[in-house]
Amino acid sequence: MVQYSKTRLDASFAALSDATRRGVLEQLGRADASITELAEKFHLTLTGMKKHVGVLEQAGLVTTEKVGRVRTCKLGLRRLEEEAAWIESYRQLWDARFDELDKIVEELKQKEKDDGE
Amino acid sequence: MESKPTPMKNPTTVERTSERELVVTRTFNGPAHIVFQAWTKPELFMRWWAPKSMGVPLLSCDMDVRVGGGYRVAFGHDASSAMEFFGKYLEVIPNARLVWTNEESDDAAVTTVTFEEKGGKTLLVLHELYPSKEAFDANSGAEGGMPEQFEQLDELLISLGS
Repeated sequence: MVQYSKTRLDASFAALSDATRRGVLEQLGRADASITELAEKFHLTLTGMKKHVGVLEQAGLVTTEKVGRVRTCKLGLRRLEEEAAWIESYRQLWDARFDELDKIVEELKQKEKDDGE
Repeated sequence: MESKPTPMKNPTTVERTSERELVVTRTFNGPAHIVFQAWTKPELFMRWWAPKSMGVPLLSCDMDVRVGGGYRVAFGHDASSAMEFFGKYLEVIPNARLVWTNEESDDAAVTTVTFEEKGGKTLLVLHELYPSKEAFDANSGAEGGMPEQFEQLDELLISLGS
């Protein structure tokens, strides 16, 4: 989990280090857009914009979906954060369970010890 | 944690290892046969499966721990509002491995728990495999979330972009 988060964080920071990519995120925060629309908006070639979107996608900040010939981009952070929050709450449930299980393990260990004596 | 002579509490980790898999790990300071008992004897299982923080008490637990045998666990404040979880055991290797189905819904996971003893301690690995990514998402609540918190995140993202 730690490794997973760190890789994601590194990718996120790398993605956010570029002004165009930050601009793309801002734009997608207002409305979903196709790669073509984004390329026009930022005066880039389609190939250039595809690269930027690819970096954002890898960092989990943007998701894309191809419908017909149009690839639509939207903010992906929301899903990522929801998943992270859910995993943490699930971890807390198991942690609470296992704290109780620890007590049972201690008790049974003691019982075996007593029985053995 | 590891630098302490006798760690009081071992860390619990949860990792999503694929689109439809989740792995929970934890080490217990006792031998595998003891940890295994706590998973397979209803009277012990009931003492830890529903900790207070879960908010819903366990009402009953039946387990027939053998290959093909069933289990049934009921949660709730009373019998009329009880929620039941049930399935059957696919693999039972005493003190080493348990595999069971969760049959309360079509998109529930198959759960595998392994117990690995080393130097008097037991590493427990719980693995949940969902039939599909959609099933995982439906069960995990990853689609639900907390709207307000995420609106704030959206705002943060927009401010980063400007």
